[in-house]
Amino acid sequence: MAELDTSQGKGGGGKSKKMSTRVDLTPMVDLAFLLITFFMLTTTMNKPQVMEINMPVKPKAEDPKPPEVEASRVLTVILGKDNTVWYYEGLEAPEIKNANYQDIRKVILDKKAAVEANPAFGKDKTVVIIKPTDDAIYKNIVDMLDEMAIDGIKIYAMVPVTKTELDLVGKGNTEANKTPK
Amino acid sequence: MPKHKMKRKSTTIDMTAMCDVSFLLLTFFMLATKFKPPENVTVVTPTSISDTKIAETNVMVITIDKDGRVFFEMDGQPTKKELITAINDDRKLGLNENEMNSFALGGAVGVPFDQLKNYLNTPLGDQKEYKSPGIPVDTALTDANELFKWVAYGRIVNPEARLVIKGDVSTKYPMINKVFSTLANDKIKGYKFNLVTSMKMGDQPKEDN
Repeated sequence: MAELDTSQGKGGGGKSKKMSTRVDLTPMVDLAFLLITFFMLTTTMNKPQVMEINMPVKPKAEDPKPPEVEASRVLTVILGKDNTVWYYEGLEAPEIKNANYQDIRKVILDKKAAVEANPAFGKDKTVVIIKPTDDAIYKNIVDMLDEMAIDGIKIYAMVPVTKTELDLVGKGNTEANKTPK
Repeated sequence: MPKHKMKRKSTTIDMTAMCDVSFLLLTFFMLATKFKPPENVTVVTPTSISDTKIAETNVMVITIDKDGRVFFEMDGQPTKKELITAINDDRKLGLNENEMNSFALGGAVGVPFDQLKNYLNTPLGDQKEYKSPGIPVDTALTDANELFKWVAYGRIVNPEARLVIKGDVSTKYPMINKVFSTLANDKIKGYKFNLVTSMKMGDQPKEDN
Protein backbone atom coordinates (compact mmCIF):
# COMPACT_ATOMS: atom_id res chain seq x y z
CA MET A 1 0.00 0.00 0.00
CA ALA A 2 1.22 3.38 -0.75
CA GLU A 3 1.81 5.48 2.23
CA LEU A 4 1.21 9.10 2.51
CA ASP A 5 3.85 10.97 4.37
CA THR A 6 2.01 13.40 6.51
CA SER A 7 4.94 14.48 8.57
CA GLN A 8 6.12 17.91 7.73
CA GLY A 9 9.68 18.68 7.05
CA LYS A 10 11.50 19.03 10.29
CA GLY A 11 14.29 21.07 8.90
CA GLY A 12 12.46 24.37 8.62
CA GLY A 13 12.62 27.34 10.84
CA GLY A 14 10.03 26.65 13.59
CA LYS A 15 9.16 23.30 15.02
CA SER A 16 5.73 22.56 13.56
CA LYS A 17 3.30 20.95 15.96
CA LYS A 18 2.00 17.53 15.05
CA MET A 19 -1.76 17.65 15.03
CA SER A 20 -3.50 14.79 16.76
CA THR A 21 -5.99 12.87 14.66
CA ARG A 22 -8.03 11.95 17.69
CA VAL A 23 -11.34 13.67 18.25
CA ASP A 24 -13.04 13.86 21.61
CA LEU A 25 -16.07 11.63 21.16
CA THR A 26 -17.67 12.36 24.53
CA PRO A 27 -20.33 14.82 23.27
CA MET A 28 -21.21 12.44 20.47
CA VAL A 29 -21.70 9.58 22.92
CA ASP A 30 -23.79 11.85 25.11
CA LEU A 31 -26.02 12.68 22.22
CA ALA A 32 -26.29 9.07 21.13
CA PHE A 33 -27.34 7.94 24.57
CA LEU A 34 -29.90 10.69 24.82
CA LEU A 35 -31.46 9.51 21.58
CA ILE A 36 -31.32 5.87 22.69
CA THR A 37 -33.19 6.78 25.84
CA PHE A 38 -35.80 8.61 23.82
CA PHE A 39 -36.38 5.74 21.42
CA MET A 40 -36.37 3.16 24.19
CA LEU A 41 -39.06 5.02 26.10
CA THR A 42 -41.23 5.65 23.07
CA THR A 43 -41.11 2.05 21.86
CA THR A 44 -42.03 0.30 25.07
CA MET A 45 -44.31 2.75 26.81
CA ASN A 46 -47.21 3.03 24.42
CA LYS A 47 -48.41 -0.54 24.35
CA PRO A 48 -51.82 -0.74 25.95
CA GLN A 49 -53.28 -3.81 27.62
CA VAL A 50 -56.23 -5.75 26.36
CA MET A 51 -58.92 -7.61 28.17
CA GLU A 52 -60.44 -10.61 26.50
CA ILE A 53 -64.17 -11.03 26.39
CA ASN A 54 -66.32 -13.72 24.81
CA MET A 55 -69.82 -12.83 23.79
CA PRO A 56 -72.46 -15.49 23.28
CA VAL A 57 -73.80 -15.98 19.79
CA LYS A 58 -77.50 -15.36 19.43
CA PRO A 59 -79.10 -18.77 19.93
CA LYS A 60 -80.77 -20.37 16.96
CA ALA A 61 -84.23 -21.87 17.18
CA GLU A 62 -83.01 -25.47 16.96
CA ASP A 63 -80.39 -25.04 19.70
CA PRO A 64 -81.07 -26.89 22.96
CA LYS A 65 -82.25 -24.73 25.83
CA PRO A 66 -79.50 -23.72 28.20
CA PRO A 67 -79.71 -25.37 31.62
CA GLU A 68 -81.56 -23.57 34.34
CA VAL A 69 -79.52 -21.86 37.00
CA GLU A 70 -80.49 -22.10 40.64
CA ALA A 71 -81.60 -18.70 41.84
CA SER A 72 -79.63 -18.98 45.07
CA ARG A 73 -76.27 -18.78 43.36
CA VAL A 74 -77.07 -15.79 41.20
CA LEU A 75 -76.17 -12.20 41.91
CA THR A 76 -77.54 -9.59 39.57
CA VAL A 77 -75.74 -6.30 39.24
CA ILE A 78 -77.36 -3.35 37.50
CA LEU A 79 -75.16 -0.52 36.29
CA GLY A 80 -77.02 2.73 36.71
CA LYS A 81 -76.22 6.31 35.84
CA ASP A 82 -73.60 8.49 37.51
CA ASN A 83 -71.51 5.46 38.47
CA THR A 84 -74.14 3.89 40.68
CA VAL A 85 -74.53 0.15 41.03
CA TRP A 86 -77.65 -1.70 42.10
CA TYR A 87 -77.73 -5.33 43.03
CA TYR A 88 -80.00 -8.09 44.21
CA GLU A 89 -79.62 -11.77 44.88
CA GLY A 90 -81.53 -14.39 43.00
CA LEU A 91 -83.34 -14.11 39.71
CA GLU A 92 -86.44 -12.13 40.63
CA ALA A 93 -86.11 -8.75 42.20
CA PRO A 94 -88.32 -7.99 45.16
CA GLU A 95 -86.09 -5.08 46.06
CA ILE A 96 -82.72 -3.81 44.97
CA LYS A 97 -79.91 -2.38 47.00
CA ASN A 98 -77.70 0.50 46.07
CA ALA A 99 -73.90 0.37 46.09
CA ASN A 100 -70.95 1.99 44.44
CA TYR A 101 -67.95 0.57 42.64
CA GLN A 102 -65.98 0.28 45.87
CA ASP A 103 -68.66 -1.51 47.91
CA ILE A 104 -69.69 -3.93 45.20
CA ARG A 105 -66.54 -5.97 45.65
CA LYS A 106 -67.52 -6.90 49.18
CA VAL A 107 -71.01 -7.81 47.99
CA ILE A 108 -69.63 -10.05 45.26
CA LEU A 109 -67.08 -11.68 47.55
CA ASP A 110 -69.73 -12.30 50.22
CA LYS A 111 -71.96 -13.92 47.65
CA LYS A 112 -69.06 -16.00 46.39
CA ALA A 113 -68.24 -17.15 49.91
CA ALA A 114 -71.89 -18.00 50.58
CA VAL A 115 -72.15 -20.09 47.41
CA GLU A 116 -68.88 -21.86 48.12
CA ALA A 117 -70.05 -22.67 51.63
CA ASN A 118 -73.15 -24.31 50.22
CA PRO A 119 -72.38 -28.04 49.65
CA ALA A 120 -74.86 -28.18 46.79
CA PHE A 121 -72.80 -25.82 44.66
CA GLY A 122 -69.16 -25.61 45.68
CA LYS A 123 -66.34 -23.73 44.08
CA ASP A 124 -66.66 -21.44 41.04
CA LYS A 125 -70.40 -21.84 40.75
CA THR A 126 -71.31 -18.25 41.52
CA VAL A 127 -73.11 -16.59 38.65
CA VAL A 128 -73.01 -12.85 38.26
CA ILE A 129 -75.37 -11.23 35.81
CA ILE A 130 -74.35 -7.78 34.67
CA LYS A 131 -77.14 -5.59 33.41
CA PRO A 132 -76.03 -2.22 32.10
CA THR A 133 -78.77 0.39 31.77
CA ASP A 134 -78.73 2.94 28.99
CA ASP A 135 -77.23 5.48 31.38
CA ALA A 136 -74.18 3.34 32.12
CA ILE A 137 -70.95 4.31 30.44
CA TYR A 138 -68.23 2.14 28.93
CA LYS A 139 -66.00 2.62 31.96
CA ASN A 140 -68.66 1.05 34.21
CA ILE A 141 -68.84 -2.03 32.03
CA VAL A 142 -65.08 -2.46 31.87
CA ASP A 143 -64.83 -1.87 35.63
CA MET A 144 -67.43 -4.53 36.24
CA LEU A 145 -65.75 -7.04 33.92
CA ASP A 146 -62.50 -6.23 35.65
CA GLU A 147 -64.17 -6.80 38.99
CA MET A 148 -65.06 -10.31 37.82
CA ALA A 149 -61.37 -10.97 37.16
CA ILE A 150 -60.34 -9.48 40.50
CA ASP A 151 -62.92 -11.42 42.50
CA GLY A 152 -62.35 -14.63 40.60
CA ILE A 153 -65.89 -15.02 39.31
CA LYS A 154 -65.78 -17.58 36.52
CA ILE A 155 -69.39 -17.41 35.31
CA TYR A 156 -70.80 -14.04 34.37
CA ALA A 157 -72.97 -12.70 31.61
CA MET A 158 -74.09 -9.40 30.21
CA VAL A 159 -77.83 -9.32 29.85
CA PRO A 160 -80.22 -6.52 28.86
CA VAL A 161 -81.99 -4.89 31.75
CA THR A 162 -85.71 -5.55 32.23
CA LYS A 163 -88.52 -3.07 32.66
CA THR A 164 -89.17 -4.15 36.26
CA GLU A 165 -85.57 -3.55 37.19
CA LEU A 166 -85.52 -0.16 35.52
CA ASP A 167 -88.61 0.82 37.52
CA LEU A 168 -86.94 -0.32 40.73
CA VAL A 169 -83.80 1.64 39.90
CA GLY A 170 -85.91 4.67 39.08
CA LYS A 171 -87.76 4.34 42.36
CA GLY A 172 -84.48 3.95 44.20
CA ASN A 173 -83.15 7.09 42.58
CA THR A 174 -86.13 9.20 43.62
CA GLU A 175 -85.95 7.85 47.16
CA ALA A 176 -82.28 8.71 47.34
CA ASN A 177 -83.10 12.23 46.26
CA LYS A 178 -85.85 12.59 48.86
CA THR A 179 -83.57 11.85 51.77
CA PRO A 180 -80.55 14.08 51.46
CA LYS A 181 -77.63 13.05 53.58
CA MET B 1 18.15 -2.29 39.09
CA PRO B 2 16.74 -0.35 36.23
CA LYS B 3 15.42 3.03 36.85
CA HIS B 4 11.76 2.84 37.66
CA LYS B 5 10.02 5.37 35.56
CA MET B 6 6.50 6.14 36.74
CA LYS B 7 4.33 6.35 33.71
CA ARG B 8 1.75 9.05 33.97
CA LYS B 9 -1.64 7.69 33.13
CA SER B 10 -3.89 9.71 30.95
CA THR B 11 -7.35 10.48 32.31
CA THR B 12 -8.97 10.51 28.90
CA ILE B 13 -10.26 7.21 27.70
CA ASP B 14 -10.91 6.12 24.19
CA MET B 15 -14.55 6.80 23.46
CA THR B 16 -14.62 5.16 20.05
CA ALA B 17 -15.82 1.77 21.27
CA MET B 18 -18.53 3.27 23.42
CA CYS B 19 -19.62 5.42 20.54
CA ASP B 20 -19.85 2.37 18.30
CA VAL B 21 -22.02 0.52 20.78
CA SER B 22 -24.31 3.44 21.44
CA PHE B 23 -24.88 4.08 17.77
CA LEU B 24 -25.57 0.43 17.18
CA LEU B 25 -28.25 0.54 19.86
CA LEU B 26 -29.56 3.82 18.52
CA THR B 27 -29.94 2.35 15.05
CA PHE B 28 -31.73 -0.68 16.48
CA PHE B 29 -34.23 1.36 18.43
CA MET B 30 -34.81 3.72 15.57
CA LEU B 31 -35.62 0.85 13.25
CA ALA B 32 -37.67 -0.96 15.86
CA THR B 33 -39.84 2.08 16.48
CA LYS B 34 -42.90 1.98 14.33
CA PHE B 35 -44.50 5.31 13.87
CA LYS B 36 -48.22 5.04 13.95
CA PRO B 37 -50.37 6.50 11.19
CA PRO B 38 -52.08 9.70 12.30
CA GLU B 39 -54.74 9.10 14.92
CA ASN B 40 -58.00 10.46 13.65
CA VAL B 41 -59.76 10.04 16.93
CA THR B 42 -58.60 10.28 20.50
CA VAL B 43 -60.06 8.15 23.24
CA VAL B 44 -59.30 7.74 26.90
CA THR B 45 -59.26 4.03 27.60
CA PRO B 46 -60.53 2.69 30.93
CA THR B 47 -58.20 0.94 33.31
CA SER B 48 -58.09 -2.74 34.17
CA ILE B 49 -55.82 -5.20 35.91
CA SER B 50 -55.40 -7.21 32.74
CA ASP B 51 -51.76 -7.52 31.74
CA THR B 52 -52.15 -9.07 28.31
CA LYS B 53 -50.48 -6.89 25.76
CA ILE B 54 -52.24 -5.84 22.62
CA ALA B 55 -51.24 -7.62 19.44
CA GLU B 56 -49.53 -5.36 16.94
CA THR B 57 -50.33 -7.24 13.79
CA ASN B 58 -53.43 -9.02 12.51
CA VAL B 59 -55.85 -6.73 14.26
CA MET B 60 -59.05 -4.98 13.39
CA VAL B 61 -59.54 -2.05 15.70
CA ILE B 62 -62.99 -0.63 16.31
CA THR B 63 -62.80 2.68 18.10
CA ILE B 64 -65.80 4.22 19.81
CA ASP B 65 -65.24 7.78 20.91
CA LYS B 66 -67.07 9.61 23.68
CA ASP B 67 -69.75 10.91 21.31
CA GLY B 68 -70.53 7.38 20.18
CA ARG B 69 -68.87 7.69 16.79
CA VAL B 70 -67.49 4.41 15.49
CA PHE B 71 -64.19 4.15 13.60
CA PHE B 72 -62.67 1.15 11.90
CA GLU B 73 -59.04 0.40 11.25
CA MET B 74 -56.88 -2.51 10.16
CA ASP B 75 -53.15 -2.91 10.36
CA GLY B 76 -50.78 -3.33 7.46
CA GLN B 77 -50.85 -1.27 4.28
CA PRO B 78 -51.22 -4.22 1.86
CA THR B 79 -54.15 -5.52 3.92
CA LYS B 80 -55.79 -2.12 3.92
CA LYS B 81 -55.30 -1.83 0.20
CA GLU B 82 -56.99 -5.19 -0.30
CA LEU B 83 -59.79 -4.17 2.05
CA ILE B 84 -60.57 -0.93 0.25
CA THR B 85 -60.34 -2.63 -3.14
CA ALA B 86 -62.84 -5.26 -2.02
CA ILE B 87 -65.18 -2.63 -0.65
CA ASN B 88 -64.82 -0.47 -3.72
CA ASP B 89 -65.67 -3.34 -6.04
CA ASP B 90 -68.54 -4.53 -3.94
CA ARG B 91 -70.21 -1.24 -3.08
CA LYS B 92 -69.44 0.52 -6.43
CA LEU B 93 -67.89 3.49 -4.69
CA GLY B 94 -65.89 4.53 -7.74
CA LEU B 95 -62.68 5.22 -5.88
CA ASN B 96 -59.56 5.85 -7.92
CA GLU B 97 -56.03 4.65 -7.21
CA ASN B 98 -55.07 7.77 -5.26
CA GLU B 99 -58.06 7.55 -2.97
CA MET B 100 -57.36 3.90 -2.26
CA ASN B 101 -53.73 4.70 -1.46
CA SER B 102 -54.93 7.42 0.83
CA PHE B 103 -56.97 4.82 2.70
CA ALA B 104 -53.99 2.46 2.94
CA LEU B 105 -51.79 5.19 4.40
CA GLY B 106 -54.33 6.84 6.66
CA GLY B 107 -55.56 5.93 10.09
CA ALA B 108 -58.96 4.92 11.38
CA VAL B 109 -61.92 5.70 9.14
CA GLY B 110 -65.23 6.82 10.56
CA VAL B 111 -67.48 7.76 7.67
CA PRO B 112 -70.41 6.02 5.98
CA PHE B 113 -69.68 4.38 2.63
CA ASP B 114 -71.30 7.21 0.64
CA GLN B 115 -68.96 9.78 2.17
CA LEU B 116 -65.85 7.66 1.77
CA LYS B 117 -64.81 9.16 -1.58
CA ASN B 118 -65.12 12.66 -0.26
CA TYR B 119 -63.24 11.76 2.90
CA LEU B 120 -60.37 10.06 1.08
CA ASN B 121 -59.92 13.10 -1.15
CA THR B 122 -59.02 15.09 1.93
CA PRO B 123 -55.23 15.30 2.32
CA LEU B 124 -53.87 12.90 4.97
CA GLY B 125 -52.91 15.63 7.39
CA ASP B 126 -56.36 17.23 7.28
CA GLN B 127 -58.39 14.07 7.80
CA LYS B 128 -58.42 14.73 11.51
CA GLU B 129 -60.35 17.93 10.85
CA TYR B 130 -62.88 16.15 8.64
CA LYS B 131 -66.12 15.94 10.55
CA SER B 132 -66.49 12.17 10.59
CA PRO B 133 -70.01 11.19 11.59
CA GLY B 134 -68.87 7.68 12.49
CA ILE B 135 -69.65 4.40 10.79
CA PRO B 136 -73.39 3.68 10.98
CA VAL B 137 -74.09 0.81 13.33
CA ASP B 138 -77.23 -0.81 14.62
CA THR B 139 -78.22 -3.70 16.85
CA ALA B 140 -79.84 -5.49 13.93
CA LEU B 141 -77.94 -6.75 10.91
CA THR B 142 -79.61 -4.57 8.30
CA ASP B 143 -77.98 -3.05 5.25
CA ALA B 144 -77.63 0.15 7.22
CA ASN B 145 -75.33 -1.58 9.65
CA GLU B 146 -72.10 -0.66 7.89
CA LEU B 147 -69.83 -1.71 10.73
CA PHE B 148 -70.92 -5.27 10.07
CA LYS B 149 -69.87 -4.88 6.43
CA TRP B 150 -66.48 -3.48 7.43
CA VAL B 151 -65.80 -6.38 9.76
CA ALA B 152 -67.07 -8.89 7.19
CA TYR B 153 -64.71 -7.49 4.53
CA GLY B 154 -61.94 -7.42 7.09
CA ARG B 155 -62.53 -11.10 7.78
CA ILE B 156 -62.24 -11.84 4.07
CA VAL B 157 -58.94 -10.02 3.53
CA ASN B 158 -57.42 -11.26 6.78
CA PRO B 159 -59.17 -14.26 8.35
CA GLU B 160 -56.63 -14.31 11.17
CA ALA B 161 -57.35 -10.80 12.38
CA ARG B 162 -58.41 -10.33 15.97
CA LEU B 163 -61.09 -7.88 16.89
CA VAL B 164 -60.05 -5.15 19.25
CA ILE B 165 -62.48 -2.65 20.68
CA LYS B 166 -61.17 0.62 21.94
CA GLY B 167 -63.83 2.54 23.76
CA ASP B 168 -63.74 5.86 25.55
CA VAL B 169 -64.48 5.83 29.28
CA SER B 170 -67.55 8.00 28.87
CA THR B 171 -69.15 6.27 25.89
CA LYS B 172 -72.79 5.55 26.69
CA TYR B 173 -73.91 1.96 26.93
CA PRO B 174 -76.45 1.96 24.04
CA MET B 175 -73.65 2.58 21.55
CA ILE B 176 -71.47 -0.12 23.12
CA ASN B 177 -74.42 -2.48 22.98
CA LYS B 178 -74.90 -1.79 19.27
CA VAL B 179 -71.27 -2.61 18.53
CA PHE B 180 -71.27 -5.71 20.73
CA SER B 181 -74.45 -7.10 19.23
CA THR B 182 -73.18 -6.42 15.71
CA LEU B 183 -70.07 -8.42 16.42
CA ALA B 184 -71.68 -11.29 18.29
CA ASN B 185 -72.67 -12.95 15.08
CA ASP B 186 -71.90 -16.26 13.49
CA LYS B 187 -71.14 -14.83 10.07
CA ILE B 188 -68.19 -12.72 11.17
CA LYS B 189 -67.07 -14.83 14.14
CA GLY B 190 -66.92 -11.77 16.31
CA TYR B 191 -68.00 -13.25 19.62
CA LYS B 192 -64.44 -13.20 20.88
CA PHE B 193 -62.84 -9.82 21.09
CA ASN B 194 -60.46 -7.76 23.14
CA LEU B 195 -61.12 -4.53 24.95
CA VAL B 196 -58.26 -2.09 25.07
CA THR B 197 -57.50 -0.91 28.56
CA SER B 198 -54.65 0.82 30.27
CA MET B 199 -52.81 -0.45 33.30
CA LYS B 200 -54.27 -0.15 36.77
CA MET B 201 -52.09 -0.75 39.76
CA GLY B 202 -53.11 -2.18 43.09
CA ASP B 203 -55.83 -4.75 42.58
CA GLN B 204 -54.62 -8.21 41.83
CA PRO B 205 -56.76 -11.13 40.79
CA LYS B 206 -57.63 -13.57 43.55
CA GLU B 207 -55.44 -16.61 43.36
CA ASP B 208 -57.19 -19.92 43.30
CA ASN B 209 -56.06 -22.00 46.21
